[in-house]
Amino acid sequence: MSNEAQTVHIDDYKFGFHYPDNSVFKTRKGLDEDVVKAISSHKQEPDWMLQYRLQALKVFREKQMPNWGGDLSDIDFDEIYYYAKPSEEQSRTWDDVPDDIKTTFDRIGIPEAERKYLAGVGAQYDSEMVYHNIQESVAKLGVLFTDPETAVREHPEIVKKYFGTVIPYSDNKFAALNSAVWSGGSFVYIPPGVRVEVPLQAYFRINSENFGQFERTLIIADEGSFVHYVEGCTAPVYATDSLHSAVVEIIALPGSRVRYTTIQNWSSDVYNLVTKRAFAYENATVEWVDGNIGSKRTMKYPSIWLMGEGAHGEVLSIAFAGKGQEQDTGGKAVHCASNTSSVITSKSISKDGGTASYRGQIKIEPDLHDVKSHVVCDALLIDEHSISNTYPYMDIQSDDVSMEHEARVSKISEEQLFYLMSRGMDEAEASMTIVNGFLDPLVKQLPMEYAVELNRLIELEMEGSVG
Amino acid sequence: MEIKIEGLEAKIGDTPILRGVDLTMKSGEVHALMGPNGSGKSTLSNVVFGHPSYEVTGGRVLVDGEDILEMEPHERARLGLFLAFQYPVEISGVTVGRFLRRAVEIRFEGQKEVRTKGFLKDLREAMDFMEIDQQFINRYLNEGFSGGEKKRMEILQMLMLQPQFSILDETDSGLDIDALAVVARGVNKMRDHDFGALIITHYQRILDHIKPDFVHIMYQGRIVTSGGGEIVTELEKRGYDWVRAQYGQEEEVHE
Repeated sequence: MSNEAQTVHIDDYKFGFHYPDNSVFKTRKGLDEDVVKAISSHKQEPDWMLQYRLQALKVFREKQMPNWGGDLSDIDFDEIYYYAKPSEEQSRTWDDVPDDIKTTFDRIGIPEAERKYLAGVGAQYDSEMVYHNIQESVAKLGVLFTDPETAVREHPEIVKKYFGTVIPYSDNKFAALNSAVWSGGSFVYIPPGVRVEVPLQAYFRINSENFGQFERTLIIADEGSFVHYVEGCTAPVYATDSLHSAVVEIIALPGSRVRYTTIQNWSSDVYNLVTKRAFAYENATVEWVDGNIGSKRTMKYPSIWLMGEGAHGEVLSIAFAGKGQEQDTGGKAVHCASNTSSVITSKSISKDGGTASYRGQIKIEPDLHDVKSHVVCDALLIDEHSISNTYPYMDIQSDDVSMEHEARVSKISEEQLFYLMSRGMDEAEASMTIVNGFLDPLVKQLPMEYAVELNRLIELEMEGSVG
Repeated sequence: MEIKIEGLEAKIGDTPILRGVDLTMKSGEVHALMGPNGSGKSTLSNVVFGHPSYEVTGGRVLVDGEDILEMEPHERARLGLFLAFQYPVEISGVTVGRFLRRAVEIRFEGQKEVRTKGFLKDLREAMDFMEIDQQFINRYLNEGFSGGEKKRMEILQMLMLQPQFSILDETDSGLDIDALAVVARGVNKMRDHDFGALIITHYQRILDHIKPDFVHIMYQGRIVTSGGGEIVTELEKRGYDWVRAQYGQEEEVHE
């Protein structure tokens, strides 16, 4: 069997290569109780988790597909592989990771990033985390950073207390699907008062064709702690579609702060349907930084439930919709306590006929006071045939509320291009300069490495867009 | 550098604006182009720089003998031409410092190394000279600038890019007398045998600060008369009605 990667050049997507499917175990196509049982038994799970999965499967079957957002009618649930185990066991060192998997992550640059600026790394290949490691100095502080399967075995009391409490399987069809077949992801626990100053990162890679990746992430920040968690994702380019449907739950206990950064760069045949939600208790802060560059369709609205007084939530959403892409993204804040504040900032760019939609909701429960919410949506259209939509929903049941909403759609103007070109920039550089400027206020808030990465990805997407 | 405009005709949509402009200018010379509103002065500057809204329907623009009308705006800029805009646009998210560093890099590509230190030092000096606060280095280009600040920023860019020939499109409009003096100081600093300028203006007052070598009057898409400083004095005395009376009449006879 050849271990040469097969690179497919479509739209200059740098991560479109794949290696042969060398899974050591794979369930058959399609989904039923036997498939769920097979996944569970492969993981040697306790019965309570199997029962949870089977309940979720039932709900998944009952739930309707969403009748809003992106067009999902092409998803054929019977044509998908729901579980593929890439290697026999998880490694603590890159040397132990099977060669083609290791080469994949080398090409993406993960081991290098780990050496340079990360406190811990998890790397998922298809269904399983093939590598998980945390710096010793961080582990010594009592920080837990593992895959959720390990957490189910080793820390069942924490998992049982929080798993599925922020996003129950009854929440929506894809949350139910994830709850039935979840595999891999991260489990993070930060003890009281511990501040993890450098980020923890997880990287998600799909390799198989017609595949569904359903990782599950649970982050618990105990009182007064701080953590920055970063995830990145890529996939090969195939002629057929794959599905990525994750569930991410964050519990930010009183006084803690959690920042969750995503740079999603799936290939153009991945449906990316993710549910992300956080509970922020008294004086806790949760920030979602959500960069969506790739995928065929993305539907993702990171949410924050402000559960205690003094809680603060922020969503920064950046979406780039190119040819054939639909980015339906935004954010949601639910104010359940007085003296809470939320900020949602969305920046989207559409080009080559792509559609970027902002969809967001602000909900303010009754009988609250001193609640503030600010929503800003900026859209930039690169050309005539691209589309931008804004769907803001507001449900405000208290009076003492300060609510602001701003929305702007702009087009790269001929005058701006002419001005920059009159200073010597060619048209491509002039467009790129305007796009970078548009994103600058957001990108400035990212850590340096991720800002550079995001700029580079947008630059790749912009190449060849003028002509 | 020699710029030779020959029989230049251009229209916007279906409306012809330039109807055969002839004008020759060289480095070392300062020309003033005057004329009533709507005579085609700003169109001339936009067409020379290749603004996409205008369609050239006849004539040539030669720079040192080479026709530039097929060139993209950035290629024209790279020849050493500069346009100070009448209405500089805002470029959100792009700081003055970052923008100018890149523009200077392009301008002097292959000619000399633009060192980080050297660039900032030059920029700070030029800003002092133009009486622009140093904090503008980190502001987004033209965003929230007053009219006068925008015009100073144009001249600052000119000082940094050291063009061989510069067109200043109504740089004086909307400026108070102090700002006008600063802008004029910037242009006069550039004045030498290797720099030429075309100053487009509606009013004579900027020409009290920048003495032109040649003055041209444009009317209804043509240059109707050329001469020296005496034309400015004439205009000052008689206003544009004199131009209308003398050349508008002729127009009707010919039509």
